[in-house]
Amino acid sequence: MKTIKVYGPGCKRCEATAELVRETAQSLAIEVDVEKVTDPHAIALAGVMSTPGITIDGKLVHAGGLPDVAKLASWLKA
Amino acid sequence: MAETHAAPISPQWSPRARHGAVVASIFVWYAVYSQLPSVSEWIVSLLPVNRQSHAGEALAFFFYDVPKVLLLLTLIVFAMGVLRSYFSAEKTRAVLSGRREGIGNAMAAGLGVLTPFCSCSAVPLFIGFVSAGVPLGVTFSFLIAAPMVNEVALVLLVGLVGWQVAVTYLVFGLGIAMAAGYVISRLRLEGWLQEWVRNIHVGSAIPPGPDEEALGLADRYRMGIEAVREIFAKVWIWIILGIAMGALIHGFVPEELMVRITGADAWWSVPAAVVIGIPMYTNAAGVIPIVEALIGKGAALGTVLAFMMSVIALSLPEMIILRQVLTLRLIAVFIGVVGCGILMVGYLFNLLF
Repeated sequence: MKTIKVYGPGCKRCEATAELVRETAQSLAIEVDVEKVTDPHAIALAGVMSTPGITIDGKLVHAGGLPDVAKLASWLKA
Repeated sequence: MAETHAAPISPQWSPRARHGAVVASIFVWYAVYSQLPSVSEWIVSLLPVNRQSHAGEALAFFFYDVPKVLLLLTLIVFAMGVLRSYFSAEKTRAVLSGRREGIGNAMAAGLGVLTPFCSCSAVPLFIGFVSAGVPLGVTFSFLIAAPMVNEVALVLLVGLVGWQVAVTYLVFGLGIAMAAGYVISRLRLEGWLQEWVRNIHVGSAIPPGPDEEALGLADRYRMGIEAVREIFAKVWIWIILGIAMGALIHGFVPEELMVRITGADAWWSVPAAVVIGIPMYTNAAGVIPIVEALIGKGAALGTVLAFMMSVIALSLPEMIILRQVLTLRLIAVFIGVVGCGILMVGYLFNLLF
């Protein structure tokens, strides 16, 4: 079980990113717990400067814009 | 849910196919763009209105300008999306951290235009900058330039008003961002940040951003297309409303009225334009078609420019977002300094033209 956090204030792009993470994980049959973090303090303190940001098990892998599906898959498998 | 879905991976094109598709799209774009005037006249001629009447004028304006602006926007936003993929908030921060004021303000204003930025992440960006030692005034130069000088505003100005006004807007927008940031630097207002921000500033334990992702040209095209999709989802309604509003002004508002209200002779018109612009919540796409129509009706350029800058650069929603990191006093200074810059630009242009 991987713990994934999607950081973003709740804009459309952040919603889409969280959804994309869920779909991609499901297609790879990887169990994930996706949590959305919308508090601006928490976003800033996680080191995310442009949203949406993604951490997988605490490691920041992406910040800013919708992630590429192929890359997302490789982060999830790592 | 036992069944597994096929991996949602986009069709894999070879790099050459991608280049080809981009080049072909540009040709198609040009063909459509060059045929636009005749097609729009033809559409208006099919409508049951007299082309010479007020309504005919308004409709011709609407049916020509909406597709023209949308086409220009597609091309430029795509190009900017690709260009911006070479920049990131993390790289910009690294360039700006520890810069002295002056040169730092100038660089921040320029990078504000080129770095991908969404006002929804203004707070994390602000914290990220300040905690990494980017001076407060330099951070402000970035935060003023990023929303004010944007490709949507420039495309609409070029498409509807003329490239001279677009260049003027670009130059003076950057100028205000640099100067206002510099003034805020000199005022030494670090103590007016919210307390939690000041505490971060002292002992920053914020992790750095993610490792840089390796991007091929195909990724950059994807980001360009993503940018187009996103901008369109956000602005199409404003463009149509703005141009419809502009069309009404074109067709129906008498000229003398505008000259009297917004002409260069009325000294109070520039400050009034700035004050009215602050609470107005629209973006460049909504305000510029109106601006174009006002200029056409004899409104003074400086007054109109001041109005436009105030609407775009000083927005109430952004102030509310920044309230999380800035005290009210600092927000007041921010509005005051930027507002003064806009006032000066407005008066200068009313004097010159």
